[in-house]
Amino acid sequence: MDNKPGVLSRVAGLFSRRGYNIESLAVSITDNPQVSRMTIVVNGDESEVEQITKQLHKLIDVSKVQDYIGVPMVARELALIKVNAEIKDRTPLMQLVEVFRGRVIDMSEKTFVIELTGGADKIDAFEQLLQPYGIRELVRTGRIAMARGPRSI
Amino acid sequence: MRINGARALLECLKQEGVDTIFGYPGGAVIPIYDEIYKFKDIRHILVRHEQGAGHMAEGYALATGKVGVCLATSGPGATNLVTPLTDAMMDSVPLVAITGQVKTAAIGTDAFQEADITGITMPITKHNWLVKDVTKLPAILAEAFYIARSGRPGPVLVDIPVDISRTMFDYEPVVSVQIASYRPTFEGNARQIKRAAELIAEAERPVLYVGGGAVNAEAHEEVLKLAEQCDLPVTTTLKGLGAFPETHPLSLGMLGMHGTAYANYAVHDTDLLIAVGARFDDRVTGKADEWVPKAKIIHIDVDPAEIGKVLQPDVPIVGDVKHVLHELLKIVETRKLTAWNDKIAAWKSEYPLCYANDNQIRGQAVIETIGEVTNHNAIVVTDVGQHQMWAAQFYKYTRPHQMITSGGLGTMGFGLPAGIGAQFGKPDQDVFIITGDGSIQMCIQELMVATIYKLPIKICILNNQYLGMVRQWQELFWDSRYSNVDLEASPDFLKLAEAYGAHGIRVDRPEDVESALAEAMAVTDRPTVIDFRIAKEENVYPMIPSGGIVENMVVQRPSDLVTLDPYMESELAEDDITVLAAKS
Repeated sequence: MDNKPGVLSRVAGLFSRRGYNIESLAVSITDNPQVSRMTIVVNGDESEVEQITKQLHKLIDVSKVQDYIGVPMVARELALIKVNAEIKDRTPLMQLVEVFRGRVIDMSEKTFVIELTGGADKIDAFEQLLQPYGIRELVRTGRIAMARGPRSI
Repeated sequence: MRINGARALLECLKQEGVDTIFGYPGGAVIPIYDEIYKFKDIRHILVRHEQGAGHMAEGYALATGKVGVCLATSGPGATNLVTPLTDAMMDSVPLVAITGQVKTAAIGTDAFQEADITGITMPITKHNWLVKDVTKLPAILAEAFYIARSGRPGPVLVDIPVDISRTMFDYEPVVSVQIASYRPTFEGNARQIKRAAELIAEAERPVLYVGGGAVNAEAHEEVLKLAEQCDLPVTTTLKGLGAFPETHPLSLGMLGMHGTAYANYAVHDTDLLIAVGARFDDRVTGKADEWVPKAKIIHIDVDPAEIGKVLQPDVPIVGDVKHVLHELLKIVETRKLTAWNDKIAAWKSEYPLCYANDNQIRGQAVIETIGEVTNHNAIVVTDVGQHQMWAAQFYKYTRPHQMITSGGLGTMGFGLPAGIGAQFGKPDQDVFIITGDGSIQMCIQELMVATIYKLPIKICILNNQYLGMVRQWQELFWDSRYSNVDLEASPDFLKLAEAYGAHGIRVDRPEDVESALAEAMAVTDRPTVIDFRIAKEENVYPMIPSGGIVENMVVQRPSDLVTLDPYMESELAEDDITVLAAKS
């Protein structure tokens, strides 16, 4: 879509107006600064998704809508988690982070901030394992996705 | 040419072929009005409320097929356009709304008369713009007109801060518009068109279902040719009225909730529904899953999002309706469907539109008489309610742009300003506004505009002293609990007409209807208001209750099901109420 003010609210407004549920939404500019790209995760059956696709396409600022249902793709999201990390807990926490291929990116006397990327299931599982230590704060980006192979939008 | 933004706006409008705009001044648009004062190529009609400006622009657009233009100031001026814009969005009316905005530096500060009108109108416009750089104004306006009139037409809004209007710049006219992300489909898919022709060749009981899209695309000739070549019965939606001549033997009139019984029986029985610029609205389909149960569906529409929105077609064709029909006509076989059309003829004679013939004025009779007096040739503009349905049922439309009504949004108050706009667009044609005692009071102030410009519009108030359609629903579905629908306390419409400088007539007896209309026709230098005192508790029939199916259709008031008002019972002779049980 065109990288213009108001585009995000046009898209968000369309979803609320037509009663579609957004599970997540991630938006950023692309290699072309005139163009931004939005990855939206929605719940709905095939005809609903088709209708959403068509309605999105009607927005003047939207250049292309790609439905990833049935398309081989990679999808990732990023989570930042601030978790209690008492001295005694630090080793098991570090092990967990390693297993999940996350990173500790900030450390205080009492806490870690852990960065983790991956699919939604992986982040859910990680979150569950951190619960016993006490999660102070958690933030997740929406999913972003790209088709596998040479195929591009 | 070095001019300011306001002047550039007018230059752009002129370049787009605009000759008339409807508007109302205010602080944020004074620079624009200052240029209007000096610019002689565009006529500005001063309305009395911005809602009137929006509906006038709609009426103008619907009568002429051109883009309507309205102008309002920032804040309340702009928000008063919200209803007309929504109306235009629902009915695909090409409209360009220009609004003033507070100065760029003040945006976001809750400045005097500031409203975020681009935010507010996002869901009710096809697109909108806030102009932040005067040099972009010409390109934005060119895009605005292009988007409003192309593809599926619709309203757009351009918000111009007051400092932008005052800024001088080097104006260059925009020659062509290219929007990479907006390319409406024009040509239909040839393979699907071929499939459609095959289905038409095989069908035994096809029906052509024609909507407002056919009017917008000026596809009436193609519709007529297709119908005649393939012997197809044709039903139109409310917005499709006039896309096929109702005087034609293949016409079934309007379908849907208050459509003709025979149109509804025909679509119920059809084995091939050919939808042309129609969107399967709930007022047409009722319970959509059980509508056209035996039919394959061909759906031709310029808007891909309409395909499959309600019902999944067997043959989807996205493209300009006129162009697609033109291509289809090249390959369809000529057909004669005698058995099917005989069956429909039997329905037509068994279940005609009817109403009581007694010593009260019936709204239906008023419409029929207007039809006779005008030779069914006037432009008919309606408001919303029972009178609207009677105007749809009993006037015989023969050409597109002849029937102007608020279909999708159902906007009471639409009629008078839209009728004024239509008369400005078509000064040589008779314009009849059919309205109710409720609707007329929602934009009555615009009567002044009609008087000032000596518009000979005829405003026919079907006055039943009720909000009739709501009362009908309360009678039929809410045990006659008439909650807040009593309009007995209304102004004296004759005196009101007089106060506005219009001619006023009151009609209390059926025998005076025709002479009153003749009197109105003789008034050519000002509007005429006719207050028809019609039967208080008349209903609109046939009726398929909301969300219902054809089996639920009530063809005419069944006396054993509905308690008649004692006052009506005493007035009506037994024979006058044609009691037809709903077909089971």
